[in-house]
Amino acid sequence: MDTDNLLSMTGIDKRFAGIPALSAAAFTVARGEVHALIGQNGAGKSTLIKVLTGYHKRDTGDVTFDGKPFEVSSPQQAQANGISTIYQEINLVPYRSLTENICLGREKRRFGLLDWASMHREAEGLLQRFNIRVDVRRPLMEFNTATQQMVAIARAIGFSAKLVIMDEPTSSLDEREVGVLFNVIRQLKQEGVSVVFVSHKLDELYAVCDRVTIMRDGKTVKTARMDKIEKIDLVSSMLGRSIEKAEGHATAFTARDEKNIGKILLSADNLAVGQIVQDVSFNIRSGEIAGFAGLLGAGRTETARLVFGIDRLKAGAMTYGGKTFEPRRPSDAIAAGLGFCTEDRKSEGIVPDMSVAENMMLALMPKLAKSGVIDEKAQREIVEHFIRKLGIKCSGPDQKVRELSGGNQQKVLLGRWLAMNPRLLILDEPTRGIDVGAKGEIQSLIKSLADQGLAVLMISSELEEVIEGADRVFVLRDGISVAEFDRAAATEDALMGAMAHGNAPVVEEAQI
Amino acid sequence: MTDTSQTAHTGKRFDPFDFLARYGTLIALVLLILFNLAFTRNFATIQTLNVNLTQVCTIVIVAVGMTLVIATGGIDLSVGSLMAISGALAPMIFLGKIIPIDNVYLAVAAAMVVSIAVAGLFGLFNGWLISAFRIQPIVATLVLFIAGRGIAQVMTNGNLQTFRVPQFQFIGLGRVLGIPVQVILMALIVLAAAWMLKRTVFGRQIIAIGGNERAAELSGIAVAKVKLLVYAISGLCAGLAGLVVIAINSSSDANLVGLGMELDAIAAVAVGGTLLSGGKATIIGTLIGAMTIQLVRYTLLANGVPDAAALVVKAAIIILAVWIQQQGRAHA
Repeated sequence: MDTDNLLSMTGIDKRFAGIPALSAAAFTVARGEVHALIGQNGAGKSTLIKVLTGYHKRDTGDVTFDGKPFEVSSPQQAQANGISTIYQEINLVPYRSLTENICLGREKRRFGLLDWASMHREAEGLLQRFNIRVDVRRPLMEFNTATQQMVAIARAIGFSAKLVIMDEPTSSLDEREVGVLFNVIRQLKQEGVSVVFVSHKLDELYAVCDRVTIMRDGKTVKTARMDKIEKIDLVSSMLGRSIEKAEGHATAFTARDEKNIGKILLSADNLAVGQIVQDVSFNIRSGEIAGFAGLLGAGRTETARLVFGIDRLKAGAMTYGGKTFEPRRPSDAIAAGLGFCTEDRKSEGIVPDMSVAENMMLALMPKLAKSGVIDEKAQREIVEHFIRKLGIKCSGPDQKVRELSGGNQQKVLLGRWLAMNPRLLILDEPTRGIDVGAKGEIQSLIKSLADQGLAVLMISSELEEVIEGADRVFVLRDGISVAEFDRAAATEDALMGAMAHGNAPVVEEAQI
Repeated sequence: MTDTSQTAHTGKRFDPFDFLARYGTLIALVLLILFNLAFTRNFATIQTLNVNLTQVCTIVIVAVGMTLVIATGGIDLSVGSLMAISGALAPMIFLGKIIPIDNVYLAVAAAMVVSIAVAGLFGLFNGWLISAFRIQPIVATLVLFIAGRGIAQVMTNGNLQTFRVPQFQFIGLGRVLGIPVQVILMALIVLAAAWMLKRTVFGRQIIAIGGNERAAELSGIAVAKVKLLVYAISGLCAGLAGLVVIAINSSSDANLVGLGMELDAIAAVAVGGTLLSGGKATIIGTLIGAMTIQLVRYTLLANGVPDAAALVVKAAIIILAVWIQQQGRAHA
């Protein structure tokens, strides 16, 4: 097998500011093979790809490509040497023609002028290989996402790529378009081109890939043939736990008293928006912690965004406190008593240059003001109360929030919503990127808030967190809510089964 | 990375760049004043003070609105043209060209209110383009930058309007207790805006939008509404500045009123220490910035350096101020 390898990466280490992003990662791709690369957020997939394409410089390790050591310092150079990458957000030039996009960077010249006729012919030829017959003189933006995707692939082939890396190529395609893409991938394979396929949709991997490499915590933990590995093994390898493993107590969540849980507060039926959320139903009672489990791209965050009025529903309905609930913007949801701690604290949570106090008071401020003038004294009291209550480590309310650690920033954001005295709090990955101590504190806090009657919708990719924290767990898979477990039934087995198979019989048993 | 190390890092260690970014413009202003006291003849006179203040007034008034716009992460290129519009409209009203009003005080009051309001409405139009259609502020306000002066010229058929109406020209030529009225207007606007930015919900929301628009939206701030208002305020400021300019000149020329004002205002904001990317703003800084630029020019002119060279120096100051700002940010 070794002689057949087109690409071989071994012992790859990469650190960012001392923190390891890749450690001893190894990755091989055979000639004419479609190889899946999967892993949770932060597992190191993108870093591995960026090291390969020269975007990042590796610290140690060897890369051999096409029989020779491979040293490049930029994606352009990698492309010239046979490795093309097609990114999630297609990086083409929307206002230029298909031909220009396909031939950009290697334009043909004749007598010093551009040879358009020959370039159009070449573009047409490349696209026809994928059964796409279009006017290559039209600008790219006039075509749908799938065609644009094909143009990106044609461009890669035009550079006579031997290896094409596709980073979540199907995330913006509908079912039919995915089918077309798969045909293209199979054709590339026939022509001896290798493909690295990054995706979170397990079914797609089985449909088109030969082998899979699973990454976790910067390591490549497993490589296997797709026909020799079960979905459940994929899931457990990604999450890093074996199915047989006994349950320990890994979080700061402790047992809850059922009597704290009240009536249904929010109920959502058959929510849908685009491809990401297709059919999600769930409900939350006051004083209950409801967990959302699922793989990356299962539609958990997107569902939360619907509930909070950030995105508009395409289908489905919600009721809140017994009444129809149609939030059109976040302020509607906030007025109804909702709060939302987003997953991405930096870009959607904190205002970095503002102080702890200003950040915490951002939502409450209008309520606390007297005819538009901020009541500094009242604000200060509330801020100091929450700094004490949440144990926020800062030099004082006036410290800039960007100077705090991740855990303390998260507490400031929790404070922002708790100050509103909400009825339902949505927490998207509340403990991601937070050190162990602060993590435990936040978990205990979530529990005690629920004990006081707050309904909590907790999205978490850490299985222990949903299993030990949530009173009920809803499992989402490819935009569909496929299973619901109560506390007793929510075991790692059951959850991973549902995340991997969805409605498969295994889950029906677990649900009883 | 523990919490203690993070807080320790933010301790009272002296950072020269941070200090410069914070107080650099003020220090420059003080140095300029000291230099002039030593070397420029007749500097320490009321007359010199008045000359400089009246020169800087309209720039400051416009720059206050500009500071608010820039604080949200936007920019307003239309202010010069809006000055031309209000400057063209007001004389038409108080000279009775639209409808004759017999009482001169009534006519002047109507002229002021209507022309400032019209400029505010045009500002609202800018905000509407930006928030409803998500057009980039630089493009959206370019529309009125170009069209606005055209509108003013069409209104007046391109004619110069001259007048002598002391009741109106009070805002440009009058004095209260020896202080020029326009200086009083400027001071009131600066104080009101500085207070608003610091003490009101609206001010805090402006800064939050500039600092992180998505976070602001998710915190329930009506981002579109705040932006609409901010551009409207910028329009109102420009409208008032237009009136002051024509009052001083006793005439209104749609080709000239407010010409190049957008750049002077942006320069004052930048030199004053407001981040051009939004999220951090200081009205008092803008005032100091405008005065510094004015005083540099005055110093050079008073010491025999030609105006053309003064422009080059002005540009150098802007570059220096922005550079210091970036250094302060990178070191923070």
